Amino acid sequence: MTRRTLRKAKNGIFLALSLVATALGLACLAAILWTLLSHGLAGMSWNLFTQMTPPPGGQGGLLNALYGSAVMTLLGILIGSPIGVLAGTYLAEYGRDSRLSTVIRFINDVLLSAPSIIIGLFVYEIVVVHMGHFSAIAGALALSILAIPVTLRTTEDMLNLVPIGMKDSSAALGAYPWRTTLSVLYPAARSGIVTGLLLAVARISGETAPLLFTALNNQFWSTQLNAPMANLPVVIFQFALSPYKNWQDLAWAGALIITVTILVLSISARVILALLQAERGSGR
Amino acid sequence: MQINNRIPARLAVAAAAAALSFAAVAADISGAGATFPYPIYAKWADAYKKLTGVGLNYQSIGSGGGIKQIKAKTVTFGASDMPLKPDDLKASGLLQFPMIIGGVVPVVNIQGIQAGQLHLDGATVASIYLGDITQWNDPKIKSLNPKLTLPNTAIAPVYRSDGSGTNFLFSDYLSKASPKFMSSIGANTSVQWPTGIGAKGNEGVANMTTQTDGAIGYVEYAYAKQNKMAYTLLTNKAGAAVAPSAESFQAAAANADWVHADSYYLILTDQAGAKSWPITGASFILLYKQPTDPAPVNEALKFFSWAYQDGASMAAELDYVPLPAALIAQVKKTWVSEITSGGHPVWSGK
Amino acid sequence: MENSGSETDTVAIIDPRHAAKQLIYERIFRAATLSAAILVLLILGGVALSLLRGAWPAVSHFGFSFVTREIWNPVTDQFGALAAIYGTVVTSLIAMLLAVPAGFGIALFLTELCPPLLKRPIGVAVELLAAVPSIIFGIWGLFVLAPVLQRHAQPWLIAHLGHLPLLGGLFKGPPFGIGVLTAGVVLAIMVLPFIAATMREVFDTVPPMLKESGYGLGATTWEVMWNVVVPHSRVGMVGGIMLGLGRALGETMAVTFVIGNAHRISSSLLAPGTTISSAIANEFTEAVGDLYTSSLIALGLLLFLITFTVIAAAQAMLRRLERRGFAV
Repeated sequence: MTRRTLRKAKNGIFLALSLVATALGLACLAAILWTLLSHGLAGMSWNLFTQMTPPPGGQGGLLNALYGSAVMTLLGILIGSPIGVLAGTYLAEYGRDSRLSTVIRFINDVLLSAPSIIIGLFVYEIVVVHMGHFSAIAGALALSILAIPVTLRTTEDMLNLVPIGMKDSSAALGAYPWRTTLSVLYPAARSGIVTGLLLAVARISGETAPLLFTALNNQFWSTQLNAPMANLPVVIFQFALSPYKNWQDLAWAGALIITVTILVLSISARVILALLQAERGSGR
Repeated sequence: MQINNRIPARLAVAAAAAALSFAAVAADISGAGATFPYPIYAKWADAYKKLTGVGLNYQSIGSGGGIKQIKAKTVTFGASDMPLKPDDLKASGLLQFPMIIGGVVPVVNIQGIQAGQLHLDGATVASIYLGDITQWNDPKIKSLNPKLTLPNTAIAPVYRSDGSGTNFLFSDYLSKASPKFMSSIGANTSVQWPTGIGAKGNEGVANMTTQTDGAIGYVEYAYAKQNKMAYTLLTNKAGAAVAPSAESFQAAAANADWVHADSYYLILTDQAGAKSWPITGASFILLYKQPTDPAPVNEALKFFSWAYQDGASMAAELDYVPLPAALIAQVKKTWVSEITSGGHPVWSGK
Repeated sequence: MENSGSETDTVAIIDPRHAAKQLIYERIFRAATLSAAILVLLILGGVALSLLRGAWPAVSHFGFSFVTREIWNPVTDQFGALAAIYGTVVTSLIAMLLAVPAGFGIALFLTELCPPLLKRPIGVAVELLAAVPSIIFGIWGLFVLAPVLQRHAQPWLIAHLGHLPLLGGLFKGPPFGIGVLTAGVVLAIMVLPFIAATMREVFDTVPPMLKESGYGLGATTWEVMWNVVVPHSRVGMVGGIMLGLGRALGETMAVTFVIGNAHRISSSLLAPGTTISSAIANEFTEAVGDLYTSSLIALGLLLFLITFTVIAAAQAMLRRLERRGFAV
């Protein structure tokens, strides 16, 4: 065999392997989505949205869990995203390349990848232990801490994308940075920041570990913020590991709902970003 | 201008959230603990809520969790299948009383074996959990089941990974049946199992056993019944092979001397009697003797009183054994004399 | 710089009160953004401090032996983190061994082989795998993957690899379906999209000129990849791999369902085990006693230290690459 044939063979093998790897990756995604759809759709019914989590063997739905997840995600975003947006603004507008900013960016990226169970432990120590009981507000706080790094990163990136000319014109008119930011930058970076919010929502709505020892769970309908509140991920955790068929069906249905929601949010974020980039590209 | 448009929107959302959080909620009883009685507690709670509108928020997290939460005063009552020792009760100011009696049954997942077919004894089960017997067609198991064809499958023992009263009852029975088990593992709510898979709660063990080929686990009988699992027969102290059922649990409980039990501390495993199920146990409720907030405790006691009376038939459906009338009367007397607030009994008597 | 700073007027009104108000707003806004930024630092510091405080009783009681003992007995209050650390490390290692080559393959495919039309959808599909919440991986692993492994893959492994001299010990024991190997496989699938995405980004930064030079000399696609792209992207690749490792080390829900919850170290990969995060997730709400709770928080502290180190190193590497990339 000539050296050339050997090289070509090697090339062919590795390229084929890369194709196999991609096929495997896609196959896994397909397998998971397929399982979710087949098991989840079986458990779907209008009851899901109208009834509370049932006792084992009984009829029921996921209303309290859906509500709880919605409330805590909303609160988490309401608390976390202003902090993330403001901090991102600081890094983009005031700090820029200062030492402090470099450190903050670094720490933020670390927080972005940190295990969420650690955040749960942190909130447990400072909130749950002091309050004496689990609560929805503790859960929301844990989620807000998870939302901050995502919104910070996106906000900073988006603000940096705004053409320098716009900032300079505003400053030339005599505006202070706060005025420039509020009247010029935020509106210009609006879709990017919204994308960051969508990504943050996608991130925190699927989190289970931080809610395990902050919001715990609740079988019944509860709207009290300082009491344990039902939420979808913990309910799925509990129901999936149980031997009761009705609970397992609900767990799959809940899993399908979460996954679809998150996928829709992620895809929307992507679409908005793509549109944004196209706009920028053509605008320049 | 952009800025002003966003602020009112955000305020509106905040106001709505605040309004929702202050919405009135019906007074629910909060409890946590044993998964052993959870199927019947859940049934009772459902019926009680339909009757009175009062809900029972019970976290089925294991006896260990129940003890922790009642000691931390985060719930109104705790539930545990392992009774606390009288000294521990005194030190923490808690009162315990039995609520319901049931049985822990070994369950298996072997191809071709149905419920009630496999016959085991304490020593064999102990050997399995010690890791000394590893295949289902082991001679020791074959000798107890001469008529069954056992496959050459590996045994996957499943145990409780959380602090559990069911674990306590099971390990207590195995300790009584096998000196080797007693010395190397012992009996407690949580022990060091040398081999096998851990699962959380009776639910987890039931689930894992059903999922894994060749598995053996131990669950409260209601779980085996509700999930159509293959439970086994056991050889009891009298040497007879007995199947789990309300009768065999009842037979074991009949020997119990509750009157002389200090703080109701009584273990019912390995009782005498030809029909007794060897892993029977009572599930206990833990309450504070002098609660800081008597109102929820009163609600809880009303629920328990209702359950003793009107819940007995529901319990029987799930093969739990309701307490005998004399014991119920004794328990109620204890409520009146021991659970007080400001000198008066907390329980309103109904 | 004090000017009129007002909205539309062509008449320059220099009203000192107005100007002063603007300055106050500026100070407030700047302070607000600065506080928000510092809050990020405080959060990390807070996490570290609260973990230290919570872990202190266990750390002071057990000392260094906490990290070297395997025992985990809540009844006798004897705790050691070794089994959890072992499980965390081994499952992550298995995940990396599986995900890195696969991720590399996917990145290679997307940058070199993929027809341009398919690039976007396939890329998005792979990244969607990253969006799936980890609890979904957990239940899928338990109900779909574990039975398949128990009935087909594991018996095959035991039969064919179980008797090999050294490696054989890794594949001994009954096929439970769940266990360290299964957890590693599930983690690999979870981490794959991150590694693939990072590697792809890194490969995309290679200047086309370098690659074209390679092709110009007659190199095959693979040769260009291996001899030009990879050396150029080395730092970024390592950074991406370490980021994936950081994720795998800290993953909770996907692992908790399939690891088997056994605080034991076994030589066999088919045995059940435990990881730091699954131990915490499973046992925290039921931990009775201060020493038990503190030991679990100490586990959390260990996880924090391990993941923080790995992720920080990864970020440092990726930053180096970013700076280098801009310079080209």
